[in-house]
Amino acid sequence: MPWLAVLIAFVGFAFIALPLIGLLLEVPWGSLRDDLTTPEAAAALRLSVVCSLWATALAVLFGVPLAWVLARVSFPGRSIVRALVLLPLVVPPVVGGVGLFYAFGRDGLVGQYLYDWFGIQLTFSTAGAVFAETFVAMPFLVITVEAALRSMDRRYEDAAATLGAQPLTVARRITLPLIAPGLVAGAALAWARALGEFGATITFAGNIQGRTQTTPLAVYLLLESKPDVAIGLSIVLLAVCVAVLALLRDRWLGVG
Amino acid sequence: MSLHAQLALQLGSLDLEVTVDADEGETVAILGPNGAGKTTFLRVLAGLASIDRGVVVLDGAVLDDAGSVFVPPERRPIGVVFQDYLLFPHLSVLENVAFGLRSRGVGRAEARRAAADSLERLGLADRAASKPRQLSGGQSQRVALARAMATEPRLLLLDEPMAALDQSARGALRRELRAQLASFPGVRLLVTHDPLDAAALADRLVIIERGEIVQVGTFAEVAARPRSSYVAELVGVNLLQGVADGDHVRLPSGATLVAPEVVAGDVFAVVHPRSVALHREEPTGSPRNVAAGTVENVELLGDRVRIRVSGPVPLVAEVTPSAVSELGLVEGTPVWTAFKATDVTVFPR
Repeated sequence: MPWLAVLIAFVGFAFIALPLIGLLLEVPWGSLRDDLTTPEAAAALRLSVVCSLWATALAVLFGVPLAWVLARVSFPGRSIVRALVLLPLVVPPVVGGVGLFYAFGRDGLVGQYLYDWFGIQLTFSTAGAVFAETFVAMPFLVITVEAALRSMDRRYEDAAATLGAQPLTVARRITLPLIAPGLVAGAALAWARALGEFGATITFAGNIQGRTQTTPLAVYLLLESKPDVAIGLSIVLLAVCVAVLALLRDRWLGVG
Repeated sequence: MSLHAQLALQLGSLDLEVTVDADEGETVAILGPNGAGKTTFLRVLAGLASIDRGVVVLDGAVLDDAGSVFVPPERRPIGVVFQDYLLFPHLSVLENVAFGLRSRGVGRAEARRAAADSLERLGLADRAASKPRQLSGGQSQRVALARAMATEPRLLLLDEPMAALDQSARGALRRELRAQLASFPGVRLLVTHDPLDAAALADRLVIIERGEIVQVGTFAEVAARPRSSYVAELVGVNLLQGVADGDHVRLPSGATLVAPEVVAGDVFAVVHPRSVALHREEPTGSPRNVAAGTVENVELLGDRVRIRVSGPVPLVAEVTPSAVSELGLVEGTPVWTAFKATDVTVFPR
């Protein structure tokens, strides 16, 4: 019986591992440098770095206060708000993209005013790609930071208050440093997710080289015409994910 | 300087209703079992919990009146030494001590200099750069006290200041803490469940049970006339309730005690465990109070053994270890308890 379990486990493991091995075997190591410096690849990589860092920054900027409210403020409908915030974790990114289109597109709920009043058009713009990535990435940040806020010993905040610290000082000097590991982990997860974002980006922002064509979009587009470049870009994304996993290994893989 | 707190609040199953007054230079211990509301009371004074009714006044200034006035913790002139000390783990010892001054708008350099001075006075100058986790329990306590006192508060609150320390180190650290408390000029209030801390550190005890004050007084007063079985156990004496009639006290079990004084009505009778002798056979002799019972619990306490005897006259007896082995006292052993009428103190309930 244990042998049967081991056998099935091995099949499961192979199922996960084989595509990665297949990818690694196809990597044109000799020409990798040239492949990654082609105009399409360079533009996609540069855009991915810019967009994913912006998305991570926005996710932190809005996600930390959001996590704080969810963890510390008791209000009716809190569980519904939390469910909505975490929905992008499970919603198909394409659906998210469609939603973004009808919210922030040129004729969208908010987008029409952005366009009419400020002349801002998010669709087919780099800002649109950033929006799409933020949409899918922020839940990772919120869920991780909220867990960190809930598990920290709040008596440290009490101690700081009795020492005369105003609420903002308590947040800056006590709460944030104490949840820093959770914040770093959440930001790393959000960044990795933003970097790999495909469906929402292509649906909402389009696929314009140098403007909205991030690395995953370029991989998809080039797989037919320039497979070596596509594989090279894929291997870069894979390496980033491995690096993020390594960063989070203490927390998630139980290795200390 | 003085503290007047007369307050009531409900928190979960706790119904706290207490009045505590304390004067400058006085150390008051709030003593009580777990869940009695001691820590909640401290949190109210610190501004970390609010009250339903009553008022908290420090030096004539109202801090909380359960309505229009509530001074938040960061604006109260109150220093707190928390249970487990709660030194900020990510800051150095120096930054911990400087935190209060920094938060109150003192410049970084000046706050650090003041913190360094106070660490110097405490003999901890060499630990200034350490992180709190590198400190011993006693050092943590001193740093926590220095941190709480750095802003020169007028009321100092200590929540179970000895609980986080090794049993072996407590004696010396208690004396040290007493000396440090004496150097603090304001009102001092400490919460503890340990009567030894209370006896060593406080001038006056306020005993809280289930959210209510059951007794107030010096340790000697409380020990002489405990007003509840918790207090009696706390100070290590037997407390029996009964109805007195002449020189007899009738217990709820029907048994009677012979007491030296002639009183009447509902009374407490106190018997010190050292006055209680144990016998395997029914003793005959001068002790007028003799009762049969069963050994319920045997507990070694230093060079003495405390034996809890159940029966019509439930008592704790304190005997030597050799007596325990000679009499073969274990749980379930039938024994006779005996004590003289003159060893009983009777006072009205």
